[in-house]
Amino acid sequence: MAQLNIEETKTNLKAKKFLMWLFLVSSFIYFAGLTSGFIVYTAGSANRGIKTILPEEFMYSTAAIILSSLTMHLAVRAGKGLRFGSQQLFLALTFVLGIVFFVIQWKAWNVLASRGIMFSFNKNASQSFVYVFVWSHLAHILAGLGLIVGAMLGRVRNIAQIRNVFRLEITSIFWHFIDILWIYLYVFLLLNQ
Amino acid sequence: MSSTAKHTTLELHGHHDDHGHHKETFITKYIFSQDHKMIAKQFLVTGIVMAVIGMVLSILFRIQLGWPEKSFPILEAFLGKWAEGGRIKPEFYLALVTIHGTIMVFFVLTTGLSGTFSNLLIPLQLGARDMASPFLNMLSYWLFFISSLIMVGAFFVESGPASAGWTIYPPLSALPTAISGSGLGMTLWLISMVLFIASSLIGSLNYISTVLNMRTKGMDMWKMPLTIWAFFLTAVLGVLSFPVLVAGVVLLIFDRSFGTSFYLSDIVLQGQVLPNEGGSPILFQHLFWFLGHPEVYIIIMPALGITSEVIATNSRKPIFGYHAMVYSLIGIAILSFIVWGHHMFVTGMNPFLGGVFMITTLIIAVPSAVKTFNYLATLWRGNLRFTPAMLFGIGLVSFFISGGLTGVFLGNAALDIPLHDTYFVVAHFHLVMGSAAIFGMLCGVYHWFPKMFGRMMDDKLGYLHFWVTFIGAYLVFFPMHFMGLDGVPRRYYAFTEFAFMKEWLTVNKFISWAAIIAALGQVAFLYNFFHSMFFGKKAVQNPWGSNTMEWTTPVEHLHGNWPGEIPTVYRWPYDYSKPGHHEDFIPQTVPFSETMSSNLPHDFEGNVEAERIQQEWVKTHQAEKV
Repeated sequence: MAQLNIEETKTNLKAKKFLMWLFLVSSFIYFAGLTSGFIVYTAGSANRGIKTILPEEFMYSTAAIILSSLTMHLAVRAGKGLRFGSQQLFLALTFVLGIVFFVIQWKAWNVLASRGIMFSFNKNASQSFVYVFVWSHLAHILAGLGLIVGAMLGRVRNIAQIRNVFRLEITSIFWHFIDILWIYLYVFLLLNQ
Repeated sequence: MSSTAKHTTLELHGHHDDHGHHKETFITKYIFSQDHKMIAKQFLVTGIVMAVIGMVLSILFRIQLGWPEKSFPILEAFLGKWAEGGRIKPEFYLALVTIHGTIMVFFVLTTGLSGTFSNLLIPLQLGARDMASPFLNMLSYWLFFISSLIMVGAFFVESGPASAGWTIYPPLSALPTAISGSGLGMTLWLISMVLFIASSLIGSLNYISTVLNMRTKGMDMWKMPLTIWAFFLTAVLGVLSFPVLVAGVVLLIFDRSFGTSFYLSDIVLQGQVLPNEGGSPILFQHLFWFLGHPEVYIIIMPALGITSEVIATNSRKPIFGYHAMVYSLIGIAILSFIVWGHHMFVTGMNPFLGGVFMITTLIIAVPSAVKTFNYLATLWRGNLRFTPAMLFGIGLVSFFISGGLTGVFLGNAALDIPLHDTYFVVAHFHLVMGSAAIFGMLCGVYHWFPKMFGRMMDDKLGYLHFWVTFIGAYLVFFPMHFMGLDGVPRRYYAFTEFAFMKEWLTVNKFISWAAIIAALGQVAFLYNFFHSMFFGKKAVQNPWGSNTMEWTTPVEHLHGNWPGEIPTVYRWPYDYSKPGHHEDFIPQTVPFSETMSSNLPHDFEGNVEAERIQQEWVKTHQAEKV
């Protein structure tokens, strides 16, 4: 009976994990929609386009998020190996790096704004698009931070290992996705600057 | 922690889960239910309420179109300043058209249809205890409920609901001061739609994950009923297209409230030049129709799936061309993403691009025709049982043909120049996706009512409902073709100002009468539905003699669907009237070993051992006969 329950929990967790993958697909489609919108819009006239060099802060933030993917990976490894102390440590590190990413991006907007590239009342909406990309991505970072907190709390409340690993996996799938998503957006912007 | 310890925690946890479901209060059972069957009923009832609202709105604007110069004091009593002097105001007319479209397309035929039947049938027909995530399923319903409240609530704000048409094209929708409906009403529309999309996406994710991960033993993809294939592909379309609408709507919100110019350029509003420059309103149309076109298949595909199931069951024949049906659904799903340009032929699109979109559009006729012919071939020489569900299913086929034919005209980039934005378009989509999809939904309601409520609906009222609705829908929409061919534009408030349109006034009056009678016919359904829920004849376990798994569950609903182990599936769902079997149906859960007299060589899918056993049985059986 107990064995059966474990089997059912497992298939169900598998189905739930699959939900996360599907969500990533829909999220990616959202960004694909935005970037195609950018391409269609920018191609419409020679006056459009980003028309500036991206602030180097974006590069630093990229480094921060790549590093956070690494710590995320280590957290999952630790969690699966029952080393819960390091699991929590690496999760915390990932969280901090997420915040660092956020702050550096904030600085990048300030640099853009100081060059007169504003979100509102900009006749060249290609530049407004940059903000939409970045903000939409940051919304995902916030969600990712929420997941990290959830994973850490689960461990604190001493939930079953099968669920702890589940939370870790969900969090890491999502976190790696927003990492890759940022790289996609960054490269996209670099190619269009 | 050692592995033994790990095991213990797990066991404890499993145990805890086991007992979690026993305590059910009124709130967990009927309101915040996580049971897919209850959620399906919630979706259905909300969908029916929204459908009635959408229908009443249409009757209101039909009154205006039929009797443009007459005053109806009763309207003022109900609508106040929106119908001063008993005549509907032009602003309100536009709001009625907009909200009618939005409610019918999204709230009734997207969520009312998919939400009800995907939730009910995916776990039941696949042999799962519930959805992948029952919690998200509940969340999906409540987001839908809140978004419905906001959409209808827009009628109670000072400036009225959104009025830019259900497609909410900017700049009209992007400038709050452009018309009264672009103010708070438009903001509420956007909020409501954001919640709606979230609900719809969560639902779709759940459906896909359940279909792919939680099928019972033996239920491979090619043994799934066509309903499940249709719901699955519909959910895939939703996941791939709704996020693009989100992107379009997010940019629209920025344009409305944050001063950006994604869609706005060169606008003079009430004598004032607006600062917004450089935007492109066509960009919105691209983003909108990239969703919008798959959306019409999101509407029709579940209806097609439901009809396949009901027609096969009530013809007592295997569905004709099961694989062809699946492949044509897949074909429609893929093609739906590369045809959106046919909504934009007259936006100054490059004629070459228009040609490409025209070809992809016309290709959709192929899988659609495959489906139609397969329905007809299934009906052909069937042992037809004309239950109300069956009639509605056949009604869908009829509308799908008559509405689909005009799609060939509209999909043509050259013919679209005179036909676009006329009543020809209105006639086309109301038949092919409006009437057809609502008939599919009603077909499903009549067929699965016993499964949902454990009681039967009244047949006689069902027949009355069918004939009034079927004839009514044709009388309403068929004349519109001719109006459209004559150039009568859609969305106009009245046709009294142009000499050439005046002759259509009598036709409009005729259409309005037909609409009113058809609407009254729905009372038969509403009474039947709600009355039978409590006082209908008690249903037996498998009232239609159907093969699919939902009819193997007990009539009384259980959390977890099957009391013991979930049954295993051995065969496809369409073994109706199989020669050699004593009954005219063999449920999917009956193994071949119990139906030796009717097994055919291809049933064993190349399993040599099974074929040998079967041959041996046939030999001994023949020997016994001799």
